[in-house]
Amino acid sequence: MTDPPYKGGTVARMSADTVPAAEGDSGTTWGPVTGWGRTAPTAARLIRPRTYQEAADAVRECGVRGGIARGLGRAYGDAAQNAGGAVLDMTGLDRVHAIDADGGTVLCDAGVSLHRLMEVLLPLGWFVPVTPGTRYVTVGGAIGADIHGKNHHVSGSFARHVLSFELLTADGRVRTVDRGTPLFDATAGGMGLTGVILTATVRLQPVETALMSVDTERAADLDDLMARLTATDHRYRYSVAWIDLLARGARTGRAVLTRGDHAPLDALPERSRARRDPLAFRTSRLPAAPDLVPDGLLSRTTVGLFNELWYRKAPRVSRGRLQRISTFFHPLDGVPHWNRVYGRGGFVQYQFVVGHDRADALRRIVRRISEHRCPSFLAVLKRFGEADPGWLSFPVPGWTLALDVPAGLPGLGAFLDGLDEEVAQAGGRVYLAKDSRLRPELLDAMYPRLTDFRALRAELDPRGVFVSDLARRLHL
Amino acid sequence: MKDAFGIPQSLLVLGGTSEIGLATARRLVARRTRTVWLAGRPSPALDRSARQLLDLGAEVRTVAFDALDPESHEAALGKVFAEGDIDMVLLAFGVLGDQAHDEREPLNAVRVAQTNYTGAVSAGLISARALQAQGHGSLVVLSSVAGERARRANFIYGSSKAGLDAFAQGLGDALHGTGVHVMVVRPGFVRSRMTEGMEEAPLATTPEAVATAIELGLRRRSETVWVPGALRVVMSALRHLPRGVFRRLPV
Repeated sequence: MTDPPYKGGTVARMSADTVPAAEGDSGTTWGPVTGWGRTAPTAARLIRPRTYQEAADAVRECGVRGGIARGLGRAYGDAAQNAGGAVLDMTGLDRVHAIDADGGTVLCDAGVSLHRLMEVLLPLGWFVPVTPGTRYVTVGGAIGADIHGKNHHVSGSFARHVLSFELLTADGRVRTVDRGTPLFDATAGGMGLTGVILTATVRLQPVETALMSVDTERAADLDDLMARLTATDHRYRYSVAWIDLLARGARTGRAVLTRGDHAPLDALPERSRARRDPLAFRTSRLPAAPDLVPDGLLSRTTVGLFNELWYRKAPRVSRGRLQRISTFFHPLDGVPHWNRVYGRGGFVQYQFVVGHDRADALRRIVRRISEHRCPSFLAVLKRFGEADPGWLSFPVPGWTLALDVPAGLPGLGAFLDGLDEEVAQAGGRVYLAKDSRLRPELLDAMYPRLTDFRALRAELDPRGVFVSDLARRLHL
Repeated sequence: MKDAFGIPQSLLVLGGTSEIGLATARRLVARRTRTVWLAGRPSPALDRSARQLLDLGAEVRTVAFDALDPESHEAALGKVFAEGDIDMVLLAFGVLGDQAHDEREPLNAVRVAQTNYTGAVSAGLISARALQAQGHGSLVVLSSVAGERARRANFIYGSSKAGLDAFAQGLGDALHGTGVHVMVVRPGFVRSRMTEGMEEAPLATTPEAVATAIELGLRRRSETVWVPGALRVVMSALRHLPRGVFRRLPV
């Protein structure tokens, strides 16, 4: 198979030597696989295709227990695991094929990470349209989970900016899938269950600099936080609030809002290093978290202390502070393997959304979490904007809260089941890319287009070639 | 599939009338388990067990299974695994026997050994192979503290559990890295039908407490679980006592 034809106007075609393929051997190994939360390991055959042909062969030969594509393994739960079957590690297909530096689009392999795209695109004055809290996700994963970022209220989810992609389907064929088609909408947020995305054409965001201009403010409690977000979110392209879920009483839901936009060139101080090279993509990395962290490190005490410091450290109000992209969007990427700090037992991420008119449900849930004393230090609250058409796409207009909890917290399973009920009753839903424990009975109510999704899969993939632990667990 | 807390959605209980087996099933059904297979000799007691779990909202099916007939295990268990993934197999069958009586009737003693050890070897290996093929699942084996060091008072039962325990540990090591998790559960004296009328040993426990410990072990992916946990220390001390001293202990 040759490179797919590029339909846009090619201005800068990356040659192979400017975009070296990552080192690593193709081949097959058998071993346990988990998501980023490091819970529920299952064993699978790991295949790392280096060409589209190898990917097609792997899909054809994946056997009775099927296969699923996997990118950088940042889904928290079991979305990119396939017990007893094949897991296609797509990070071997990582070429940036073409960049339209005038029109602002990029055509790249699905295994390219957003980190790589930033390295390549920022010097040309472009940025990815949507980035989640980590840039170590692949383009394929970004479409499969239809990820969102701090700009969802303005820019929607990732798939909104995808013009088309090529999908390797169960019959071994490669289909070009354009926006507005049922297959596009089933695949955007479809958790990899419609096929393997091989390449994608993505529309980019123009930027003048590689820095962010950030406003920070504190909110004293949940009502204050919600009022601030509601009143002024529209002024910012990016907006998110870190929320202290361990705070109790009058301080329940106290938070730090960080909102901002890409800094324009004239916002950089004259004769500074940043001014001389405004589009340089700078990151910093701390040493990786060690593999042997005791299970109880993140307790109510330590997290409570952290949250107190984090809240106090934030300025009451600060305007227009310049921050690196990596500091503003991806603070955790600075610590490789940060997921290890939860110890061997791993952790659970929980993210839900309820409509703007169901702020009552959000308040109840925040109070319940605070009363249950969940030691969560990565909790964030955000307002989503308009939904995108992906059938299983998570974001809908409303309030979304994401939190992390060590999986070993006693009674956590039953507690989260209780939150699920509350979310479902409020017409909300939980995020599949983060899920590792939802009760399957609730899914149909949360995702009304699930019936269409199942019907399309039954037609496109009658033998059920594409399957994951998530799909088995939730009967997707 | 198991969830992030190790709770299975489908469960196979080998020894479908075992009180510990049922207590565990009840607990797991209350959390997440939807499909329960009860394997045992067809009997009104097996049907009662099924009814009990059905009332809790589980989908329950029974399958004829006799630990003393290893030849039939392949077919019986094959049928279960052919119907879909099994996230957890609980090997719960076992008989206590009657030590004094069995010492005089070697054939009775052999039945204890064949049920607790030989039957478990066969069912354990068949289950392990099926779990390995599906790439995930837990095999939870009910051993006993009695197997940790054989006592004068019940060494026939104890030796059968010692064999089972060693078998399960080895199997767990063999399956390490295959996605299959083997957990050996060593309860102390459990108040149940099996021990009715017997004098209670110290640190006695209940089927419900064993079920709780199993749920915790699943979440932690433990390889060995003592019930109650203090038995780990007690048995570790007893294990190192010289024979002459151990013999004289009133246990």
